[in-house]
Amino acid sequence: MGEWKTPAELKYAESDEWFAVAGDIVTIGITDYAQDQLNDIVYVEFKDPGDAVEAGGSFGEVESVKAASELYSVVAGEIIEVNSALEDEPEVVNADPYGAGWMVKIRASSLVEIDGLMDSAAYDAYCDSR
Amino acid sequence: MLASDSTQLLEPLIYDLGAPGRIGVNLPDCDVPESPMPAELMRDDLALPEVGEVQVVRHFVKLSQLNYSIDQGLYPLGSCTMKYNPKVNEDSARLAGFAHLHPLTDESGAQGALFLMHELQQWLGEISGFSDVSLSPAAGAQGEFAGILMIRQYHIDRGEGQRDIILVPNSAHGTNPATVTMAGLSVRELPANDKGNVDMAALHAACEGELRDRIAGMMITVPSTLGLFESTILEVISTVHDAGGLMYMDGANMNALMAVVKPGELGFDVMHYNLHKTFSTPHGGGGPGSGAVGVNEKLRPYLPGPVVGVIEAEDENGAPLYGFVMPEKSIGRMKAFHGNFGMHLRAYAYIRVYGDSGIRDVTRYAVLNANYLRAKLMRTYTVPYPRYCGHEFVLEGHVDNVDDVHALDISKRLMDYGFHPPTNYFPLIVPEALLIEPTETEVKEDLDAFVEAMEAIAEEARRDPETLLNAPHTAPVRRLDEVRAVKELVLCCAPALAARAL
Repeated sequence: MGEWKTPAELKYAESDEWFAVAGDIVTIGITDYAQDQLNDIVYVEFKDPGDAVEAGGSFGEVESVKAASELYSVVAGEIIEVNSALEDEPEVVNADPYGAGWMVKIRASSLVEIDGLMDSAAYDAYCDSR
Repeated sequence: MLASDSTQLLEPLIYDLGAPGRIGVNLPDCDVPESPMPAELMRDDLALPEVGEVQVVRHFVKLSQLNYSIDQGLYPLGSCTMKYNPKVNEDSARLAGFAHLHPLTDESGAQGALFLMHELQQWLGEISGFSDVSLSPAAGAQGEFAGILMIRQYHIDRGEGQRDIILVPNSAHGTNPATVTMAGLSVRELPANDKGNVDMAALHAACEGELRDRIAGMMITVPSTLGLFESTILEVISTVHDAGGLMYMDGANMNALMAVVKPGELGFDVMHYNLHKTFSTPHGGGGPGSGAVGVNEKLRPYLPGPVVGVIEAEDENGAPLYGFVMPEKSIGRMKAFHGNFGMHLRAYAYIRVYGDSGIRDVTRYAVLNANYLRAKLMRTYTVPYPRYCGHEFVLEGHVDNVDDVHALDISKRLMDYGFHPPTNYFPLIVPEALLIEPTETEVKEDLDAFVEAMEAIAEEARRDPETLLNAPHTAPVRRLDEVRAVKELVLCCAPALAARAL
């Protein structure tokens, strides 16, 4: 086990999203573990730019040949950009979950929830324990 | 019907079997004046196959021979999808007096059908411990919808319309949260504990905290989708009732309870029956479904209508007169006419043939068979909740130290051993879930053969995983491209033909 990539510069949620912080802009996607568990992703749907997201609220959903899952943001804020290329090519999330498979960028109203996320070592241990 | 190289057809499309002018019936000359079809209703872009009767019969017989059905062998999707449909059901449904009865027939001319529906209402009520039953919902999800609308209306009538939250465990069927949303209420999800039961601390927190006055009720499946009886169900029910909410039971898994545990006596206020699961009416490709709802006295006035009642009591002059009645504060009709009567008829025949003790035996054998398989398969596979199960149980579809093999690969390989695969990847809270439900009709030899196949597959996974990854090898169609199947939806031949013509 533990063969999933977990870049050290990112933060991780128990619901298997990753968060990259640059100033007050937070970029969110799903982890390598999540895409591996979901198997082939066939559909993504995000809220629209300009929409508000609550802390712990859903910003969209992802559907694979196995299951449909909600996508959650730990931070509250406004969606400023979504990766609309994924609508036509959702398989990019499987191929490159931390790069071209990024999902949304949120202008966070507070970054305090980021401190409660796991670092890569903790997330690795969390995945191994499942 | 593509073969594995995705170009060769196992059987041509019916469009490709036809030729212009070839027909299956000869219509007599028209003996009344023809009136032209209104121009706005005419279209010429709809391709229709032009074929003779023999071609049609051979085409569909060939397709049916490529299929696998429960009439051929063990089908561990179980009552969830299709348990064995006794042939006496079909004989009954084809009796001319029923089969040719028009739904607008005057009640006086349909007393036999009304008697049957009335008795089925009573039997279903007795089996589950409810005072009243409506047969009108067309399927399980519509029964759920009716149930939640009744709960909503009950609260509104008591001046408690602010009750807008329905609690739903995280192991629930996906239809439960969908139903709640459709009914204009909101879902609050409850986690499971490590035994697969509802987490009681989370339930108490939801029912006794600041949301107490907003709890409209709870939807729960018993046994749960993990196949486990909620061992704290009485406390769950009293906790929700104490908060002022009502209890909805999703009856999808009634095959584990029928005539043994009565949900109405446990304290449930409403449940739906899946006549097409528990009561053996055809399903999956055959259908349609039928999702009767049962209620206690609290919800009786709100039942969807019409229900069948006695209009004139039996007296010395003869039998009672039956008729359709709209309950006093009914949430209304769920469906045109009277529900799917053909399914009421089959369910009636099923219950009539088994009788009281036979129905109880169905439940006992269903539970026994599932526990037998679970105990045998636990030697080879991980059972995440190793306790007595109901009519079904969940395995983790992986083999120790063989990371590449997934539940889907095991399922595909089962086809080579002559078995239909079980449900894959549900419930979602078990990784690589394989949900296995043998049902009551399987004999020990067939259960043992299934166990041997599963054990052989685990051995193959260790020795030669490629065999599993490329399975099935002997089915008419090899491994399908599931991603393409989901992304390129082609639901009708006509557009495909148009695309081919370009």
